[in-house]
Amino acid sequence: MTEFSRELTRLAREESGRVLALLAVRFGVDLADDAVQEALIEALDWTVVPDNPAAWLYTVARNRAIDRIRRRAAAQRRERSVAVDLAVTEPHAYELHDQEEVELIVDDDRVGDERLRLMLLCCHPALSTEAQVALTLRLVGGLTTAEIAAAFLLPEATLAQRIVRAKRKIRDAGIPLSLPSSLAERVDALRSILYLTFNEGYLARAGGNGARIDLMAEATRLTAMLLREHPRDPETEGLLALELFTQARNDARFASDEIVLMEDQDRTRWDLSLIEQGNRVLRAAASRNQPGPYQLQAAVAACHANAREFADTDWSMIVSLYRRLQSMTPSPVISVNLAVAIGMADGPQAGLVALDEIAALDGYHLYWSTRGELLLRAGRVDAAGDALGRARALAANPTEQRHLDRRIAHAAGRR
Amino acid sequence: MQYMVLLFGEEYPEPGPEDPGFEEYMAPWAAFSEAHEAVIVAGNALAPSSTATTIRRVAEGQDTIVDGPFAETKEVLGGYYIIDVPDLDAALAVARDIPLPAGSIEVRPLPEGLAV
Repeated sequence: MTEFSRELTRLAREESGRVLALLAVRFGVDLADDAVQEALIEALDWTVVPDNPAAWLYTVARNRAIDRIRRRAAAQRRERSVAVDLAVTEPHAYELHDQEEVELIVDDDRVGDERLRLMLLCCHPALSTEAQVALTLRLVGGLTTAEIAAAFLLPEATLAQRIVRAKRKIRDAGIPLSLPSSLAERVDALRSILYLTFNEGYLARAGGNGARIDLMAEATRLTAMLLREHPRDPETEGLLALELFTQARNDARFASDEIVLMEDQDRTRWDLSLIEQGNRVLRAAASRNQPGPYQLQAAVAACHANAREFADTDWSMIVSLYRRLQSMTPSPVISVNLAVAIGMADGPQAGLVALDEIAALDGYHLYWSTRGELLLRAGRVDAAGDALGRARALAANPTEQRHLDRRIAHAAGRR
Repeated sequence: MQYMVLLFGEEYPEPGPEDPGFEEYMAPWAAFSEAHEAVIVAGNALAPSSTATTIRRVAEGQDTIVDGPFAETKEVLGGYYIIDVPDLDAALAVARDIPLPAGSIEVRPLPEGLAV
């Protein structure tokens, strides 16, 4: 990558959300977004990188927004139209504070409030979940429509349409760019959007598609940003820690596109600095004494991440963490994880008993693969083969299918 | 900005002004109207859907007039408000206070220029 393209990517990812947040307050989201995009396109013509790219982006985008309003106002005058426009209509009112705003843009602390508003706008409950994810990545994360489409394996036109519709709804339904009275509720929603995005990235890796942008890294970056704007929130800290621990294992999770189970992973390839960051963030969360689901999941991930060898894993701690998680947010998926942990702590037979208590998971491939692995360890090879076969029939992801094929062959070999 | 707030619910027998329990039934609605007096532009309850008559139009000049509401649904439009508030969040805050016992409340903006 050249210096220019590196700087442009950084500008688009890290600064455009900040600039957009400031402009959206004045011009509305729709116009602000268009203006920032125009400015980024102009940045392609740089012959030298400006001293302060963020301030440059702000100034150019703001000028483009004002140009548009002027052109629109002129067109309206010509047509003697009485149509009321989508956003603010008095551009000269914004030129007065020019210098002040350019200074503001370099001072990240003072932009915080605007950026938090923008993040919360993107996950307004009046928008569909798909639209929330797309808008967050687009407006806050500064990803292009093409990048988001590639990340979710969707046609670019579909994604573009989704974003246009969402922006139109924000405008026409009057969704405000303000801090809601139920701030906690909306931060919850935003966290779940970031979690969803992160998981999408996690699963995408299992798909072995290296061409997709790294959604895990994007989600982690945005979670860190949320924590900066809305600090000392233990659940946001929990989510960030969970993301850091999970990312730390990325390089060891696959070997030539095949899944490597936790017990077989080369732990020297785990990223110790990410694990250390995760530990730090999770300790901060724990000090606040308000446990929640993300913190508990992060604590489980911490048990794995901090075990030097697979044999060092503190399974009884993991069992108790999953029990607490299950009482907080009951779900059959958590029950399966609990059964795995019980199987490790107290032996495969205890794990199978726990698994038997879970109802209505016949269609979930991880239920069957878990059953298969426990049966295998219990020495019941034939039953294990059957369970793994059912898991194989249900698994949709080719990497997982290949993994299950190998396990089935392994079970057959032990007959 | 004006929003129309549409109240959908299952129909149930409501007490009339002469019936016992009418005051108690109306009290939360009166309290709602009073609390949001400043933003309520208009509002009313509709008579039961059994009183509705629907004109069905498939093409010009081919109207058929039929009994009842258009679609067979459990939830029917039972009433509405028009409110004037700064934005959707404010509209939702008002709509959440509506004492509808069960059902759904749809909040839709009146496009600028078409406001009452």
